Amino acid sequence: MQGPRASIFLERQTYRRRRLIDWIKFLPVLGFVLWMIPLLWDTGGDDTVSTGAALIYIFLIWFLLVLASYVSARSLKTALDRRDQAMSQVTDEQP
Amino acid sequence: MSSLNLLIAVCLIYVAFLFGIAFAAERATLRGKATWLNLPLVYTLSLSVYCTAWTFYGAVGYAARSGLEYLTIYIGPSLALFGWWWLLRKMVRIGRSQRITSIADMISSRYGKSNTVAIGVTILAVIGTTPYIALQLQSVTTSFAVFSGATSEQGQLSATALWVAAGLACFTILFGTRNLDANERHYGVVTAIAVEAIVKLFALLAVGVFVVWGIADGPSDILARIEQSEFANWEIQGGRWAGLIFLSAAAVLCLPRMFQVMVVENENEDHLRTASWAFPAYLMIMSLFVVPIAVVGLDLLPQGSNPDLFVLTLPLATGNEGLAMLSFLGGFSSATSMVIVAAIALSTMVSNHIVMPIWLSATGGARASISGDVRGVVLLSRRVSIAVVLLLGYVYYRLSGGGTALASIGLISFAGVAQFLPVLLGGIYWRGATRNGALAGLTVGFVLWAYCLLLPSFGADVLLSSNLLENGPLGIGWLRPQSLFGISGMDPLIHAIFWSILLNALAFFFVSLVTFPSPLERLQGAQFVNIFEHSSQAPSWTGGVAKSEDLMIMAQRILGAREAQVLFAEQAKKQGVQGLLPEPDPAFLFVLERELSGSVGAATAHAMIGQIAGGASVSVQDLMAVANETAQIMEHSSQLEAKSEELERTARQLRRANDKLLRVSEQKDAFLSQVSHELRTPMTSVRAFSEILRDSEKLTEAEKSRYGGIIHDEAVRLTRLLDDLLDLNVLENGQVSLNTQTAELSAVLSSSVKTALSGAEQPLDVALPDTGPIMLETDVDRLSQVFINVVRNAQKYCDAAAPSLEILVHDDDTELLIDFIDNGSGIPEASQDVIFDKFARVNPQRAGGAGLGLAICREIMHRLGGDISYLPGQGGTAFRVSVPQRRRMAAQ
Repeated sequence: MQGPRASIFLERQTYRRRRLIDWIKFLPVLGFVLWMIPLLWDTGGDDTVSTGAALIYIFLIWFLLVLASYVSARSLKTALDRRDQAMSQVTDEQP
Repeated sequence: MSSLNLLIAVCLIYVAFLFGIAFAAERATLRGKATWLNLPLVYTLSLSVYCTAWTFYGAVGYAARSGLEYLTIYIGPSLALFGWWWLLRKMVRIGRSQRITSIADMISSRYGKSNTVAIGVTILAVIGTTPYIALQLQSVTTSFAVFSGATSEQGQLSATALWVAAGLACFTILFGTRNLDANERHYGVVTAIAVEAIVKLFALLAVGVFVVWGIADGPSDILARIEQSEFANWEIQGGRWAGLIFLSAAAVLCLPRMFQVMVVENENEDHLRTASWAFPAYLMIMSLFVVPIAVVGLDLLPQGSNPDLFVLTLPLATGNEGLAMLSFLGGFSSATSMVIVAAIALSTMVSNHIVMPIWLSATGGARASISGDVRGVVLLSRRVSIAVVLLLGYVYYRLSGGGTALASIGLISFAGVAQFLPVLLGGIYWRGATRNGALAGLTVGFVLWAYCLLLPSFGADVLLSSNLLENGPLGIGWLRPQSLFGISGMDPLIHAIFWSILLNALAFFFVSLVTFPSPLERLQGAQFVNIFEHSSQAPSWTGGVAKSEDLMIMAQRILGAREAQVLFAEQAKKQGVQGLLPEPDPAFLFVLERELSGSVGAATAHAMIGQIAGGASVSVQDLMAVANETAQIMEHSSQLEAKSEELERTARQLRRANDKLLRVSEQKDAFLSQVSHELRTPMTSVRAFSEILRDSEKLTEAEKSRYGGIIHDEAVRLTRLLDDLLDLNVLENGQVSLNTQTAELSAVLSSSVKTALSGAEQPLDVALPDTGPIMLETDVDRLSQVFINVVRNAQKYCDAAAPSLEILVHDDDTELLIDFIDNGSGIPEASQDVIFDKFARVNPQRAGGAGLGLAICREIMHRLGGDISYLPGQGGTAFRVSVPQRRRMAAQ
């Protein structure tokens, strides 16, 4: 059996993992909102955004989303590995 | 002409190289050495079949015509992949646990393994994909023509297209239908696709780098050129921007070829996690140089040149033959990978959901187990399907004349397959979705898509008359294909997507609400929606009817003899059965069905097993059986509970009996010593006084008579004790004969009290009850004996200062109750249950008798048909004598 300290530690990890998954779920929503922002831009008149600037904006978001997704995927793998490890430990201790 | 020969040579070498890769991958897999195949990178690269020739060549053309709108086609899938946790993860898990072979299989599995749904989805997928295949053929032939410098004669192009189609068909048949794997995975093809993904990325990057740094002077120059170009300003229609992002996101989930690589060919669920960032990155890089190439191409190339071919014509125009060759290979890769995967996906659907069911019903189903090689039939139907799909693409290409009408076909195709989305999402997340709802949604969506988008896309007066387009059918204005319900001014594409998806979803929803799903649909629905809670459990077969041998024959023909034997042997071992044939129990049938569904699709596998196993689907009886089993388990556990309670009760009773036995034993010991004492005391005095009488001669007469009296008294005492013992013995042995008389209760009571108190040393105040005339017919002498004993007990043992006894009479319907209650301290609880036993005395020190009185009383009352019991809680010692009413009634 795990001691009370160890179980608190595990709980904390579970909590972090859940929040990480929340963040992963939120990413597409964030991306959608950011990519919809160009719709607010003026399409006529003097304040028109240039195609070059729009291009840079869209690709910058793309790059940041890929980066965020990469980092979250890596952290998720670490978190899941840690969970599996903890679970295998528990099962080892309870034959 | 030399360049044409060179081109053909390069193409052949490239194809041979792909063959080699695919072959090596298959060999490595067979030998179990293909660990590198399991890399998430290979999975991610295989997803790139999304990027077809339409992407490779068309994106530049799209950008040249409509500016940044082309980005929507890549943003949508990126968002879908970023949101993998929501949907793709669930789809992949369902696909793996249910052994899904195609998107049609997925949808039909969810809706009760309905083949009608599967056929609908298959037809829709074929109609949606065929133009897309034609587009690939066109791009390859056009690029061929451009590269070789040949004039684009129609006959020449068609011939090239036919050759390309035939070559692709051969490649696909060779690697797509080599084996009929239970998992429906094609390692060779996937590896080849991954290599092609690298080739096309590298080619496009090379052209992009060449354009940005070779022709222009780096990024800043490109930005400056953009400023001067015709799309310098951000001019995007909001509707198209959002609508196309939605459409392409839906397409990446629903396109048969994407489903094939994403779900069916998925080797490991973890790969999806990598793909969630790597595939968007791939798309980002693919679309990075599109605008620069378009801008420079518009700048450099003469007016009127086809922007769709800038990727090829820019290197050619600047004299870079090598780069142009690479670019051509990139386009060739894009086209071929799409065609191969799409052909595999479509042929799987066509053969599983259309050819096999027809074959099964044509051969009467029985042949699945008796004759005919099903395995061969499946493979043949796959091969024919591939050829037919490619032929359809070619025919479409020929009919459409290879004109520019094809350019828009990509989005039309997307909109067609996007019709699966409501049914797919609803099936995964909503348990209430029904088969009829799905059919209704798909039909509505398909009809609207065809009416609003596909048919008008051929142009006025080709399939739809211009009159109909402008005025609606029969002049009904609000039914005009491109402005339904009188809403005009929308972009035709967005208009069609909006109405078809909306009405599709509504029809699906409302029909699902009002229809009732079959048991199988409900079970499958629960499985799909709660896939993460359930392990893969599917509805069970009622076994018993199926013959294992028939199943074996059938499985051998589909899975192959060796595989089937191994599977059966494994299952038999699991069941603990000797030999190779397992019992056809529901669990085994379930496993077998899953294995077969990997080869021939869920609906067909279900039908095949159904024909052999008898029960064609889960019946109400099956559900009842499941419910009964549960009920039995519950009943069993409650029985166990009851049993354990009973055991506990028995144990309690045993403990009580044991306690009593111990007390009885102690009483016996005490009695023996008491009896010895009782007998010895009188005997001693009798002996002593008789010795005095015998030996001393100087005794006076008075002394003689006194001593003689003592001897007499002691003898009487001894006699009484022996009489009591004898009396009890007689009563216990049932040898007593009752002398029934009639008497009045009050008379019996008063005479008993008088007798009991005569010669008493201590006074006892007795309160006699004032009863009416109650007549008794019983052995009055015996009853009096009981009364006397009880009164005498009270007189002897009542420890109150002023002892009194109250006698109460209750006249009940069934019996007469006479209570004797004194004002003493009562009998301790521990002794209450032994006072009626023989030789029992509550307080041996104060006892005068031998402890037989109450035992005799009880025996008497039992003889008389009544009872005597201790009445607790009355303040003092209380006894209740009950005389059965029957005797009294008889007296009246």
